[in-house]
Amino acid sequence: MSTTPSTTFQSPETGTARVKRGMAEQLKGGVIMDVVNAEQAKIAEDAGAVAVMALERVPADIRKDGGVARMSDPNMIEEIIGAVSIPVMAKSRIGHFVEAQVLQSLGVDYIDESEVLTPADEINHSDKWAFTTPFVCGATNLGEALRRIAEGAAMIRSKGEAGTGNVVEAVRHLRQIKNEIAKLRGFDNNELFAAAKELRAPYELVKEVAELGKLPVVLFSAGGVATPADAALMRQLGAEGVFVGSGIFKSGDPAKRAAAIVKATTFYDDPKVIADASRNLGEAMVGINCDTLPESERYANRGW
Amino acid sequence: MSTPVIGVLALQGDVREHLIALAAADAVARPVRRPEELAEVDGLVVPGGESTTISKLAALFGLMEPLRERIAGGMPVYGTCAGLIMLADKILDPRSGQETFGGIDMIVRRNAFGRQNESFEAGVTVAGIDTPVEGVFIRAPWVESVGAQVEVLAEHDGHIVAVRQGRVLATSFHPELTGDHRIHELFVDMVRAER
Repeated sequence: MSTTPSTTFQSPETGTARVKRGMAEQLKGGVIMDVVNAEQAKIAEDAGAVAVMALERVPADIRKDGGVARMSDPNMIEEIIGAVSIPVMAKSRIGHFVEAQVLQSLGVDYIDESEVLTPADEINHSDKWAFTTPFVCGATNLGEALRRIAEGAAMIRSKGEAGTGNVVEAVRHLRQIKNEIAKLRGFDNNELFAAAKELRAPYELVKEVAELGKLPVVLFSAGGVATPADAALMRQLGAEGVFVGSGIFKSGDPAKRAAAIVKATTFYDDPKVIADASRNLGEAMVGINCDTLPESERYANRGW
Repeated sequence: MSTPVIGVLALQGDVREHLIALAAADAVARPVRRPEELAEVDGLVVPGGESTTISKLAALFGLMEPLRERIAGGMPVYGTCAGLIMLADKILDPRSGQETFGGIDMIVRRNAFGRQNESFEAGVTVAGIDTPVEGVFIRAPWVESVGAQVEVLAEHDGHIVAVRQGRVLATSFHPELTGDHRIHELFVDMVRAER
């Protein structure tokens, strides 16, 4: 039994790794929904979302509109914070640590350093240890996930290919991360040093993953989820929860679809519940085939 | 004496951490999402998570009434953070339609300690545990007021953060996120005493 000396607890401490990572643990088994205004945020909350992502345009519209995509208007973020009691997340550009400082000052609960926005730095991501607000970052493979965790990310999500309504890339990323973790499990200590070099990630983190058999932070899926079955698929593939971007508010009946995706995320291993949740949802978002996307429009390639 | 079987309400939240903590405290731990699974456990943990989500899913999947019946029938229950909210007879500022299981005669204030930037760690002195436990408070609620039957087990900064009424136990903080399993051991003992 542990008997921690009480002297450890002189004064309350904010922004610790445990508090940041622990926040993501509370979101597990849940759905985080993209919303562009207070009204959508309320619909998401009523549908059972565990958090909302406040942004000016959902990824499908960012794709359509083109141009540089940036942090959202503080007014709009504050309106959403005021409208719901669930946590509110918001996106900064990759490497744009001033946008992140602004988001922290607004009191958002999580910052997504996101490839969906136009990167501000082609070499560096933000130093996330410098913030009290925790960060979630996207990853396409284990090395990328561990580099983000080394920079201070307290939660990882797949990148997927946001705004396409096509789950194929998120499946690829999750399978990749899962397979690489399984491979590490089979390595002996001698092999972990070379593995760290190959993954371009700190040895200590690689060793931790090999021992735990999972990332040291929560892993969600993001990118392309449009249906209850998509959400359940991601969970069966090992995601601990699901981000849904354009898939809800670009569909025919957002409230109904949002509630259906929440149900399917909780009962991801029960096809009967997923079937019931999938009935009469109206039109899903149209979607884009990822192999027709030109390289320059692939968000997953942003970040490294 | 056989090992007690303790469920963790697995609709949403940090279920895995509670399963691990309960196993470390010598209970058989299993997730509970359905009424028939609830019927098979000797005690239940309501984990941390989003109370609005847990409340909605519990109502949708027919757990609200069976759970209230089990609690009324004396099943030991322990709630952390969102779980504390779900075990309160009354929420000060509920979302429209947000219902709780109840079980403790108290009024709780959600996110009382603030948003994520105000989330913190601090030592908490809990009645019946000899040295402070590691308190991890995440967008944590506090207990605004309690009825005569409720025992206050801990306070932080003048606010009530741990309570017990009979067989129902609740904390604002998350022992499951630490390696310190003493509160889970206390709960497992409560379950054992009822069998």
